[in-house]
Amino acid sequence: MTDLPADLPGELEARADASAGRSTPWRTGLRRFRRHTVAVVSVGYLLLVVAAAVFAPTLSGYDPNAVDLEHVREAPSAAHWLGTDPTGRDVFSRLLHAARVSLGVGLAAAGLAVVFGTLLGGLAGLLGRWVDSVVMRLADVFLSFPTVVVTVVVAGILGPSVPTMIIAIGLFQWPVCGRIVRGVTLSLREQEYLLAARAAGAGSFWLMTRHIVPAALPPISVAATLAVAQAIGLESTLSFLGLGVQPPTPSWGNMLTDAQSLTVIAGQPWLWLAPGIAVALTVLAVNFIGDGLRDAVDPRQS
Amino acid sequence: MGAYLARRLMTNVLVFFLITIAIFWLVHKTPGDPIAMRIPPDQLNSGTAEYIAQRRHELGLDRPIVVQYWFWLVNAVQGDLGYSLLNGRPVTELLAERIGPTVELMLVGLLISLLIAFPLGILAARRRNSAWDYGTAVVSLGSVSIPVFFVALIGIYLFSLKLQLLPASGISDPTNPGLLDTLSHLVLPAVILGFANSGTYLRYVRSSMITELNADYVRTAEAKGASPRRVVVRHALRNSLIPVLTVIATNMGQLLGGAVVIEQVFAWPGMGQLAVSSVFQQDYSVIVGFALLVAILVLLSNLLADVLYTLVDPRVRLR
Amino acid sequence: MTVHEPEPLLRIEGLHVEFPTEDGVVHAVDGVSMEVNPGEIVAVVGESGSGKSVTAMSVLRLLREPPARVRADALTFRGQDLRAMPPRRLRAVRGGPVGMIFQDPMTALNPVMTIGDQIAEAVLLHQERRDRRAAQARAVELLELVGVPDPGQRARQYPHEFSGGMRQRAMIAMAIANDPDLIIADEPTTALDVTIQAQVLDLIQKAQAETGAATVLITHDLGVVAELADRVVVMYAGRVMETAGVEDLFVRPRHPYTVGLLASLPRMDTDTDALDPIPGNPPNMSNPPPGCPFHPRCPLARERCRAERPALLDLGGGRRSACHFPEEVGP
Repeated sequence: MTDLPADLPGELEARADASAGRSTPWRTGLRRFRRHTVAVVSVGYLLLVVAAAVFAPTLSGYDPNAVDLEHVREAPSAAHWLGTDPTGRDVFSRLLHAARVSLGVGLAAAGLAVVFGTLLGGLAGLLGRWVDSVVMRLADVFLSFPTVVVTVVVAGILGPSVPTMIIAIGLFQWPVCGRIVRGVTLSLREQEYLLAARAAGAGSFWLMTRHIVPAALPPISVAATLAVAQAIGLESTLSFLGLGVQPPTPSWGNMLTDAQSLTVIAGQPWLWLAPGIAVALTVLAVNFIGDGLRDAVDPRQS
Repeated sequence: MGAYLARRLMTNVLVFFLITIAIFWLVHKTPGDPIAMRIPPDQLNSGTAEYIAQRRHELGLDRPIVVQYWFWLVNAVQGDLGYSLLNGRPVTELLAERIGPTVELMLVGLLISLLIAFPLGILAARRRNSAWDYGTAVVSLGSVSIPVFFVALIGIYLFSLKLQLLPASGISDPTNPGLLDTLSHLVLPAVILGFANSGTYLRYVRSSMITELNADYVRTAEAKGASPRRVVVRHALRNSLIPVLTVIATNMGQLLGGAVVIEQVFAWPGMGQLAVSSVFQQDYSVIVGFALLVAILVLLSNLLADVLYTLVDPRVRLR
Repeated sequence: MTVHEPEPLLRIEGLHVEFPTEDGVVHAVDGVSMEVNPGEIVAVVGESGSGKSVTAMSVLRLLREPPARVRADALTFRGQDLRAMPPRRLRAVRGGPVGMIFQDPMTALNPVMTIGDQIAEAVLLHQERRDRRAAQARAVELLELVGVPDPGQRARQYPHEFSGGMRQRAMIAMAIANDPDLIIADEPTTALDVTIQAQVLDLIQKAQAETGAATVLITHDLGVVAELADRVVVMYAGRVMETAGVEDLFVRPRHPYTVGLLASLPRMDTDTDALDPIPGNPPNMSNPPPGCPFHPRCPLARERCRAERPALLDLGGGRRSACHFPEEVGP
């Protein structure tokens, strides 16, 4: 009796579903990424935002904190492109300077989350057994607590500040990255070259830095991108609530704090529309890039 | 199944202890005399020094920190969360009157997000790579990307100020009570909360629907003569519900986070608004009470996820 | 004057199925034609990837289109065109006069639905007036018929509480629920333990005898073919290589591929243990060889085989072969 596997139509359908050209992994990845035109547009937009943040002082023409009581609550004009706020500060200048703060906080918090996630995820995957179950259970717990609420509590007791916020975001966003690194570590652990390295006397730290981190880098980059989007959004929310970046330092979130009164919402939309759109577009752009990257790294997950 | 749930319950209790330790550590770091948070302000003001020293002893505040923690925890679990530093009212009472509006907002918001997520997720899964699928992806990405407070401001600008259709703040209008008034106040905050959470569910519904629609048993159902509608509703949906229900339960915390922000924008008298205003008034005892309540709520949701999981999946239920 | 031949129960002519994949278009089925007459058991044999399962799925149009691309010159059941049939009428055929048995009863049954409900659903979907209780009662009856002990109790259980063999019995109960005229069984024993395989084959034979249904038995197991089939269709690389009555095929095959298949079968009447597998591998279906698809592995291959695709020629006596040199073929 010939014992051959049968031909499964479902398998053919699945293969047909995941169709794309064949090429080197790198070129295939790039093509998939570029096919996400939105992701490419997003990269362009983000470069613009970064440039605006870097060159904010030269571009804006106004000191973001210069009070001008003769020109308060002015509508957009040639002199003030996005108008002025209740103390006569130039909104456009504040918007550009806020980009520095918001991007900076977002990157720092996301960086922290990625470092925590890589360390804990790597340890869980490498050591396995009870370490693995404890870390993964912790990941579930951290993930189920809303960062906004945690920060409300922590800021409420320790007082609102930027470092508090960054640590809170980093601490509660690590599980996404942690799970990914754990998954990669687990699959690598079975592979022979790691066994060989271990047999040759390589320690856990060596394995982490030389083998696991490089292999996990593509999925980590996806997780990191998504973490940046998450962190920028959280920064704006917390600063909006008054729990993050404190005035007079401008951030996209705290620029909207003023808009909590109905007269401002109705009468001076330039005060809240511009920073709101800036956050929304930036988070959206980073998320689009993350999605594009994910497709480039692993098309099956899309 | 019993053993599985018992183990989960144990972990959750353990996690709750860890959280209470973290909260107590934060409390310990607050400035001021801790006695002020623990006894009613009239007693604090009028009581003799001896009386206050006695109360301090009863509350364990003159003992080592570990004993202090234990006294605090025992009182908290019995519902004694101390007194507001601002108005002297018991924290339990303050939270109790705020929990209703928050739960109402969360449940209606959850319902709306599911009403968005299920039809769109199923549609996207059935027509993969179609315009519907891409449109749905944009909706879900927008929902997770655009900060909820900004959506709320736009909602107020459009529907309250420009179109004058819906009230911009509060939970009701005392001069004009009735069902219509209640609903009109609820619509905007609930829909915005629902939209903000729909993206997460949408992704899960879509991906789990795709998995199930490709399963062999779906082809069996088709071979029996089941209509596409029946295949989705009676077969694939029930199976895809298993992972989605878990996500809904574990996402309760995020839902609460969204509610906190929305309560602030819409002046919705829930516990989120209470917590945020307490932060600015440095009313530490209220913040601590809020933190404990949130921890309990989140852990109960996680436990609910485990229970639901065992109920929906017969393979787990009968183990 | 034309001779009026009786219309076969199932007629497939020039069936093509393609799947666009990352490695190009896979021609899973490439011009397959076959007929099934009332009451007969037709075995479709071939190696993995020969397109036999895809052919089976195409009959009831169970492939997802897209991604699959299906076309045929003719596809009729009882003279009715299955290609042009509106969805509602097609659904009346599925599970009604045509029952299907799938390969892996583990995954082919819905894990969150009781066995009884799943069988009852097959009944319910083809009732004139929906009667839930009658359908449930019929489900228990069917379970008893296929030899599931304590059927009333077992109907309330879920698939994971059934053994593999019991699950396949339930699957068969589903297929025969509405007294079909045609049963399509797609590798019904492949996923089962060897000891269970014989029982399930017996059951299929019994079900066939009881309902009088014609049966298409998809298999790669020539032992099964010899035991059950009246007629055999041999497939390779998405094409039909040879069709013949079961005895003719085993005694005097007329296609080199059939010879190869038979040589790889362990025999009782010779002493040698050595199997004689066909050298080489089945072709890559996204890039099949020109001419006869079997020529790279064929001992008789010559220039013509590389250049010209052989047609499925009628050799008389109900036999057809897609070989340029059928007379030269010998076992």
